[in-house]
Amino acid sequence: MLDDKDRIFRNLYGRHDFGLEGARARGGWDGTKAILEKGRDGIINELKASGLRGRGGAGFPTGLKMSFMPKESKDGRPSYLVVNADESEPGTCKDREIMRHDPHLLVEGCLIAGFAMGAVAAYIYVRGEFIHERIRLQAAVDQAYEQRLIGKNNIFGYDFEIVVHHGAGAYICGEETALLESLEGKKGQPRLKPPFPANVGLYGCPTTVSNVESIAVIPDIMRRGAAWFAGIGRPNNTGTKLFCISGHVNKPCNVEEAMGITFRELVERHAGGIRGGWDNLLAVIPGGSSVPCLTADQCLGDLYMDFDTLRNLKSGLGTAAVIVMDKSTDIVRAITRISYFYKHESCGQCTPCREGTGWMWRVLTRMSEGRAQKREIDMLLEVTTQVEGHTICALGDAAAWPIQGLIRNFRHEIERRIDEYAARPDNDHGVREPAMQAAE
Amino acid sequence: MAVRRLAEIQPADFAFTAENLTWANAQIAKYPAGRQASAVIPLLWRAQKQAGGWLPRKAIEHVAEILSMANIRVLEVATFYTMFNLAPVGRHHVQVCGTTPCMLRGAGEIIDHCHERIGEQFHVTADGNFSWVEVECLGACVNAPMAQINDDFYEDLTRENFTQLLDNLAAGKPVKVGPQIDRQFSAPVGGETTLTDGQASSANRQS
Repeated sequence: MLDDKDRIFRNLYGRHDFGLEGARARGGWDGTKAILEKGRDGIINELKASGLRGRGGAGFPTGLKMSFMPKESKDGRPSYLVVNADESEPGTCKDREIMRHDPHLLVEGCLIAGFAMGAVAAYIYVRGEFIHERIRLQAAVDQAYEQRLIGKNNIFGYDFEIVVHHGAGAYICGEETALLESLEGKKGQPRLKPPFPANVGLYGCPTTVSNVESIAVIPDIMRRGAAWFAGIGRPNNTGTKLFCISGHVNKPCNVEEAMGITFRELVERHAGGIRGGWDNLLAVIPGGSSVPCLTADQCLGDLYMDFDTLRNLKSGLGTAAVIVMDKSTDIVRAITRISYFYKHESCGQCTPCREGTGWMWRVLTRMSEGRAQKREIDMLLEVTTQVEGHTICALGDAAAWPIQGLIRNFRHEIERRIDEYAARPDNDHGVREPAMQAAE
Repeated sequence: MAVRRLAEIQPADFAFTAENLTWANAQIAKYPAGRQASAVIPLLWRAQKQAGGWLPRKAIEHVAEILSMANIRVLEVATFYTMFNLAPVGRHHVQVCGTTPCMLRGAGEIIDHCHERIGEQFHVTADGNFSWVEVECLGACVNAPMAQINDDFYEDLTRENFTQLLDNLAAGKPVKVGPQIDRQFSAPVGGETTLTDGQASSANRQS
């Protein structure tokens, strides 16, 4: 288990002061000037050496991403850091804890990361529903301005603004280019890439979009050194990670643990075990609703909770939102509900996603009741592959993967329902469709 | 996607109060010159608050005027983002999370209770106290099931404590925000498994 002294989020549960005084007592804003004196390349190299991979889901190396920003502005365009605090992936509730209980980690991280990429300002895009979290974060930013830690003529000699912005309830705004559109005051519909945000981002200027957790861990990495961070976890999957354990465990919770902790240890030690014991485990979604589910068999051995292990199992660590399902779960309905989520959240820009998410949800709705034909299972699988990879952003992929995981791992369950329904004397051979809705 | 249209019955006019107008100008000043459109969501949100929880057409047009945006640009923002209510809601607008992590922990019972007590989604009760809607993941999954009522999250709901909560809101009694059971935010029930040193300092404990 990760030692308490190696934890970065020392006020995860809000037992202490969230403000500047509390943050300083926990080691925040300590030696920030010395960190900035390492220079832009010094910071980026340290982050590269730490092995930090983005905590928003894709796991792209953070240091490398920051190095894509232009070294100097040749055309007078400023650079921006945008922090993605639009935490909406079902199962994920970690950035919320950072913003309401340890916001200064994020504020200090913004300054250091912004300096390293030559940004003049950071925009923090908080999801609209997180109203109290936004107030807390704004209070921390205000404190930092008052103490001249950020802003013009601050004590570090690097002018840097931080703006707390918010959305109004749209999952798609967690996609980086949709977030930029939203931040510019438009509908959150993703942009085609290229050009990538590092060249043309917010207001047409070079921009890096990073997750809250990725930015909030930077001050501690810089203070304690890349070797410390790289020494935690497993090769290529280093550092600590906030896990959100929800669903059918005895004690759902958020916890910071070493990357690569085994699933069994994570659940046993922090979440009080599986409801009804380990024999009662049915399936696990290991990284937020977008990733395919794993079966109990895949989770019982040494399942390391890290990017590479889970990717090799055709799933993913995603945001490390672990959704546990025991044998009382109606797995087909559970995935159907996820499918509904993507139908609801599709921005409507690309036809395969706009039409496909509704189509897949309607077929799954019938399948969850058994009102379907077995050949439709393969047809559904085929349609998921026609949505996946054929849309501007990854929402199409995210809608397809959970269904692919369901069919890969629980095809027998769907077939059993179809058989049971077919045996019913009152069956109508699956001809009733859920009502079509406009704008699908 | 979902169809979202403006309400049929609309008030005749809308304008920000002097206080809100000052606030709006401060918001606009946060963004670079010429990028005032960035403030559209914060301004619409403020307008919704002022109008009693929903966005009339006139409010949308008022915000468009302040930001020098075309009406249609603001209208498409108002209809795209689901936190903008386009028709009147109850004094306590209950948004129940129904997505899978909450569903696994019993959101169905909370939704059933809303159906029984309040009625159809977006129906406002006769006394004007309540309306409800099933929403997608609100990001409090380890405290499932949960609901957001106006600005506040109410977590770790059961049918019993949710009934009690609505009773108290209806009666104007004070209610506890956050977990509705004995629990420190998102820590495991029964006490933390980590960060256990220095727990004596619980000044910030929510109660």
